[in-house]
Amino acid sequence: MTVSTGSAARSGLTLAVGEAVRRYLPPTLVFVGGLILWQIWFTSDGFFRPIPTPTEIGGAMVEEWSLLSASAMATIFEALGGLAIGTTAGLVVGFLTSRWVIARDILLPLAIGASTIPIIAVAPILNNWFGTLNPLSKMMMAALLVFFPVVINVTRGLVEVGPAKLELMRSYAADEGTILRKVRVPHMLPFFFTALKVGTTLAFIGAIVGEFFGGTSQVLGRVVLQKISAGQFDVAWAAIIIGATAAIVSYVVVTLIERAVIPWYWHIHDEPE
Amino acid sequence: MEQSATPAVRLAGVEKIFPVKGSEPTVALTAIDFEVGQREFISLIGPSGCGKSTLLRVVGDLIQPTSGSVEVNGKPAHQARLDRDYGMVFQAPVLFDWRTVEANVRLPLEVTGYPKGKRDALVREKLELVELGSFMTHYPHQLSGGMQQRVAIARALALQPSLLLMDEPFGALDEMTRERLNAELLDIWSETGTTVVFVTHSIPEAVFLSSRVVVMSPRPGRIAETVEIDLPYPRDETTREADRYYELVTEVREALRGRPGGGTSLATRARSDGSFG
Repeated sequence: MTVSTGSAARSGLTLAVGEAVRRYLPPTLVFVGGLILWQIWFTSDGFFRPIPTPTEIGGAMVEEWSLLSASAMATIFEALGGLAIGTTAGLVVGFLTSRWVIARDILLPLAIGASTIPIIAVAPILNNWFGTLNPLSKMMMAALLVFFPVVINVTRGLVEVGPAKLELMRSYAADEGTILRKVRVPHMLPFFFTALKVGTTLAFIGAIVGEFFGGTSQVLGRVVLQKISAGQFDVAWAAIIIGATAAIVSYVVVTLIERAVIPWYWHIHDEPE
Repeated sequence: MEQSATPAVRLAGVEKIFPVKGSEPTVALTAIDFEVGQREFISLIGPSGCGKSTLLRVVGDLIQPTSGSVEVNGKPAHQARLDRDYGMVFQAPVLFDWRTVEANVRLPLEVTGYPKGKRDALVREKLELVELGSFMTHYPHQLSGGMQQRVAIARALALQPSLLLMDEPFGALDEMTRERLNAELLDIWSETGTTVVFVTHSIPEAVFLSSRVVVMSPRPGRIAETVEIDLPYPRDETTREADRYYELVTEVREALRGRPGGGTSLATRARSDGSFG
């Protein structure tokens, strides 16, 4: 009895490992193979080299680590600060527009309008408003990009719960506050996390684009600009890769939070078919 | 004693008119007069658009009638809703994805502030009543359609209502599941002693379940005829093979078609004239 349970558990574990290998091995192989090809190809002489080789970029990363890490910290601070501001503002406006039709009529056109402004045109204005050297001006750039998807998704999640659920709650004589807590908010959460994941990558784009339009020099956007004009492409690429990695890690963290907050949603959508 | 003298539902001169933009208003219900006694099992049957679902929602105070009076347990329907006198089951199970089976059944208890310490026992009792006692921690998407609908029934029973309003609850299920749930529903009905108002467009289902079948006809939605179902309870699979069952199925079918001679429609016209005057 004990033996059979033990072997069942072991075969279960083996299955899980096999599953993980089947899932993650191919992308890992492609990634590593791509790196090796890139390294070999671009090292050969007399060939057009659009990108430095992986070892050159790696070397630059080590050499310029103090500049790059300080810049990365500054940019991450701007991006995450902007994410927080944009998400909070988006949540507030989303709740208001879903609750009052008048708020929807006033705020939604503004939100849509805000999303259509070319972000590059806004950057100098935000620098002017919040101070070019103040990281807040970059945060506001990021926040502006994050804001729109959060508003739209939160509003949809709160409003589009379906008439049957509302009818059920009315049959219990539930008040609006109870309906909000028991129906609208739980229904909204998957929509919100979708927006938050989109917003996380947008926040990094917003912060870095903001940096292009002036500010302190130890930020990833400035490092990229300066190193390119100095012909140090390996350092510029190192900065780009660090920025991308920070955005990816943030995205993964948000996904982990999502799994913890709405496990039921993953339960439905992650089940083997 | 007094309780049983008060009808579970009393409708008098109920009319519902939906305004239609740029067109004639739709008369969804007209001249609806009927009573449902305590512990009765009433089916409302009729073709699509005859207003049977609207009528059920008028009883539940989810739709306000244009005119007429609606009483549940001797109170205005609105007060009955505030008192949670009825439980409702819809055609779709309307379960919440983010709640387990157990938490779905607990929802009405949470909303109405039912004493916390007593909730779990009640939830378990109702889930055992619908034979889902071993599925408490499952999520709705892990259950079949029939099981989901049984969760919805357990949820409707959680507040121990004296009246159960059911809007084509088995309409989306296959015939086998539907027949099994019909039998289960009758067991639940006799065990809990609730009154049931049941909307369906299945004639065999209406005859098998009900003590009375109210036949409705469309445009405007009105009661065409009421058929007493005198099959003895408890009913089971043999009921479906009884001669009397077939006779009653035929009778309801003919009432739905409209009887030759048009006696019923004359009577209805006379009544609706009365209500307009």
